[in-house]
Amino acid sequence: MTRSTTQPFRLPAGGRIDRSRPLSFTFDGRELHGYHGDTLASALLANGVHHVATSVALGRPRGILSAGSAEPTAFVQVEAPVAEPMLPATVVELHEGLAARGLAGRGRLPAQPDDTRYDAVHAHCDVLVIGAGPAGLVAAAVAARSGARVVLVDEEPEPGGSLLGTTDVIDGRLGADWAAEVAADIEAAPDVRVLCRTTAFGYYDHNYVVAVERRTAHLGAAAPAHVARERIWRIRARRVVLATGAHERHLGFADNDRPGVLLAGSARTYLHRYGVLPGHRAVLTTTDDSAYTAAADLADAGVEVAAVADLRPGGPGPAARARAARRGIAVLPGHGVVAVTGEQRVAQVSLAPVAEGAITGPARDVRADLLLVSGGWSPVLHLYGQAGGRLRHDAAAAANLPDGCRQAVTVAGSAGGARSLAACLADGARAGRSAAEAAGFAAREQVPPTRGADQEAPPGADWLVPGVAPRHRSHFVDLHRDVTIDDVLGATAVGLRSIEHVKRYTTAGTGNDQAKTAATLVARVVADALGVDVASIGTTSYRAPYAPVAFAALAGRDRGALHDPVRVTALHDWHVEAGAEFENVGQWKRPRYYPRPGEDPTAAVSRECRAAREDVACMDVSTLGKIEVRGPDAGVLLDRLYTNMISTLKIGAIRYGVMCRPDGMVLDDGTVSRLAADRYLVTTTTGNAAAVGDWMEEWLQTEWPELRVYCTSVTEQWATVALVGPRSRAVLAGLAPGLAVAAADFPFMTWRETVVAGIPALVCRISFSGELAYEINVSAWQGLALWEAVQSAGGTRRITPYGTETMHVLRAEKGYPIVGQDTDGTVTPQDLGMGWVVSKKKTDFLGKRSFSRPDTARGDRKHLVGLLPEDPEVLLPEGGQVIAEARVPRPPVRALGHVTSSYRSAALGRTFALALIAGGRDRIGGRLHVPLDGSGGPVVPVTVTAPVLYDPEGARRDG
Amino acid sequence: MAETSTRRSPLAGHADRLAAATLRSAGALRIEEQPFRTHLDLRLDPSGPGAGAFAGVVGVALPVEPGTTAAGTGVEALWLGPDEWLLVGPPGTDGELAARVHAAVGDEPVSVVDVSAQHATLLLAGPRARDVLAHGCSIDLHPRVFGAGHCAQTMLARAPVVLVADGPDAIRVIVRSSFARYLADWLLDAATEHIAAGA
Repeated sequence: MTRSTTQPFRLPAGGRIDRSRPLSFTFDGRELHGYHGDTLASALLANGVHHVATSVALGRPRGILSAGSAEPTAFVQVEAPVAEPMLPATVVELHEGLAARGLAGRGRLPAQPDDTRYDAVHAHCDVLVIGAGPAGLVAAAVAARSGARVVLVDEEPEPGGSLLGTTDVIDGRLGADWAAEVAADIEAAPDVRVLCRTTAFGYYDHNYVVAVERRTAHLGAAAPAHVARERIWRIRARRVVLATGAHERHLGFADNDRPGVLLAGSARTYLHRYGVLPGHRAVLTTTDDSAYTAAADLADAGVEVAAVADLRPGGPGPAARARAARRGIAVLPGHGVVAVTGEQRVAQVSLAPVAEGAITGPARDVRADLLLVSGGWSPVLHLYGQAGGRLRHDAAAAANLPDGCRQAVTVAGSAGGARSLAACLADGARAGRSAAEAAGFAAREQVPPTRGADQEAPPGADWLVPGVAPRHRSHFVDLHRDVTIDDVLGATAVGLRSIEHVKRYTTAGTGNDQAKTAATLVARVVADALGVDVASIGTTSYRAPYAPVAFAALAGRDRGALHDPVRVTALHDWHVEAGAEFENVGQWKRPRYYPRPGEDPTAAVSRECRAAREDVACMDVSTLGKIEVRGPDAGVLLDRLYTNMISTLKIGAIRYGVMCRPDGMVLDDGTVSRLAADRYLVTTTTGNAAAVGDWMEEWLQTEWPELRVYCTSVTEQWATVALVGPRSRAVLAGLAPGLAVAAADFPFMTWRETVVAGIPALVCRISFSGELAYEINVSAWQGLALWEAVQSAGGTRRITPYGTETMHVLRAEKGYPIVGQDTDGTVTPQDLGMGWVVSKKKTDFLGKRSFSRPDTARGDRKHLVGLLPEDPEVLLPEGGQVIAEARVPRPPVRALGHVTSSYRSAALGRTFALALIAGGRDRIGGRLHVPLDGSGGPVVPVTVTAPVLYDPEGARRDG
Repeated sequence: MAETSTRRSPLAGHADRLAAATLRSAGALRIEEQPFRTHLDLRLDPSGPGAGAFAGVVGVALPVEPGTTAAGTGVEALWLGPDEWLLVGPPGTDGELAARVHAAVGDEPVSVVDVSAQHATLLLAGPRARDVLAHGCSIDLHPRVFGAGHCAQTMLARAPVVLVADGPDAIRVIVRSSFARYLADWLLDAATEHIAAGA
């Protein structure tokens, strides 16, 4: 037989690789060659490379056990073109320039951020079919022909599933060719989507299935940058057909982890799909007839099959026996593998008769470079389990089978226990029809013809093959985690009985591969050790993801600027142009201050504060929440929501109000303007706008549906500009010539409808600084025009724009609390010194009853007070604890409260703070202490004051 | 009608980029802002006399089927809730439309609130419009389910939106103006492959 000189184990013809497209790649620094259509694993085997990785705990050489995503050992680090840690070589599609290294256990994340594009798509369908093997393809075809919206996903690069690795014939064609034709037909139907290279990895309630599509990794460096490398599919399906196939199982024998040990079905796949012979001389050990087909095919392709050690005392069924006999392959019933030698690669296999866990006769040594294994098949029911499906152990099938699920899901093909191709095709057609019909479509089953099923001997249930040595230190059950049968027996020996506990104690099944080829083996070891039926052991819980998914794929486009919405006002561009530093307030960007060249934040805020106190300044306050409350009962609703009386407000007037929760704690505050008899405009804090709107709706809809009131959020309908400072009246007069601005004509806490800078406006005379101030509301479309008009209204004396930091200082100097900063959900209006805002007259309002609880009247409740550090330069840290002692005492330390706000004040010429202090109002004039850096740092003495530190008489309000 | 020369729509600064994306898609996608449309939030008892008289006076019947729209002459009504609709009209018609509503409803409690400047409207049209939205919208936008005459309040990416199906290949996205730039940026990003596919 002639073979490629560079690929000594490659056949000259056959397989689904493209020999006209040779590829070069490097593995462990060595340049090798393969073909388009190879996986990294098949190309390595074509080059005779079996030792691919090193085990995580024991450092043992490891090879390639499988040909698919269940691979437990052949983990590689892809280094180029896109670095990816810890991928099984069996799923890495070969491409030009691929560079990879075998791993010693764990991969490593690349240090560089992954800037490749990843995205996500939502999809909906009537029928989702997972798995494009024979059953899945027929199911999808039947459903697609019915007119249903169908999505078919499969993890391989092309449809066909197991057919890609066999010579089965369907409908007169090679199975793989039949699969390609059927898939093309399906895809041509309207409203059908076929997704290859797509792994469904999560199955959640309401038939919500999440899958990842690998779209460009197989293109290597040629991958277009604008195409998402991977895509997360969020699929909502009315019916799901799981045609996820079966995993071939490993067996527990000594040194079952040697490179050159290969699952029999996978060897067959390497032969038929990739044109690769995984060895020259093979031994097969099996408990299942299906492996005889693999041995026969390999023998036909030129592999010398030295012997078959069939653990079943009766050996295989007639068809398998005939296959072996025709090729002169010796079959040894009741035999197992008792030793494997060959460090880097299987060199010799010892076979001996075994029965009931003991070697019952002399061993014979067989020279071999390939050991084929089949421990039978486990239906792939991970997604079924995630969906809430129950499993039952079927002794005849020696496997767990589906046993009912609360979700609208059907299992088809070998995932449901079907053994033959004919059975899979019929099962798929049945599942496709029932799914389509359940989704409301008339469907017809069409089963393509194929050859009949073999007469098989029942699969064996043996799991443990005794070794030559008395212990089972090299009988691996989890090759990835290096867990042996001895480890599992150690777990049961210390009393663990639950398979979940054994998993956590031994780590078996916790690895990258989740022990897909070994879970049944672990269950059998545990059952045997406990002396119970394996059916009572069950399985560990199946959880997403079915296979590892890159974080980058899950993050998708939700990163950088698109990670979270940035909300901006109509004036935002102006702020950016002006060089503002921004603060995040919820999702809003708000200017914090506007530093001039060379100014530090302290200087900028100080300058802005002086402008507001001494001249005129302006601020974008558009983010404040605004809610229109309309209807005949609007006043009744507001009286119940606010602690103070609202309904007595006259049209044209404004009132400050506080809302409490039923427990009496402050929820939010703001102003209420009465626009008409049945119409109020409520403002909320920026961060609470949505919450207050929801709060109103909740009470209206659940408790007071009889009230004739409608609430409508208008936060963003209006752009609002605050004009603050002693000169603000003059500026407003210039901008609004039609408005009578004199204090007597336009008193504090009233509003006027007028025209400002040619723009219709609602002007409110309210103040959050204690200065003469106005808030001008205009249509958001006109917000920038208003702001620019205000900027130029100052003439040569510039009007200073200011930001949130300045606003905070100005309000704190006046002792105005900020809900959420000076309150934390445990603070009453009385605690804030605002007993005046709590009505004594109203019969009821939210929180009223709580104010008669003894707890809200306690004398040692925390009160909002001012703190003046004795050193006027020391700025207290917000959140700093306040204690009575001058030195931090030994723990436990009694904290009297904490600093809620702390600033430098230009107006006061010093630092100051607000704090919530136990019995604070009774401590005014007293001395307390704030430790700065924990118990070892300096302790700052402070004087307790009333919270209003600036203009306590309110003399500045009228300018 | 207020002075219009100084007004600025939330996505005025995005017009060029939206137009460029439309052009590059070569017919696959049209994406544009529809600025200054009149939007009135209407709250009214659907079983009251006002709702009955509505169609005759205002020119559009109030749809009562959840998630549906009704088109009238110069006005459209979108169902937002059992007693809430969004009335949509051409730019500058807010005052006249509100007057018609009040005329229809009379003394019955009603809330008609101008929210025109609170919203930005984006139109996505073309064969890839639904595919672009599917990147960030979890509801089923298939024409069988969400054809012309349907609307939905949902999330698009991380912004709350109202989607309105204007036809088999056209969906209108109504979003709060503070989210408009984020959403336009997101849409342009989501369109990346679909634009290239049309080129």
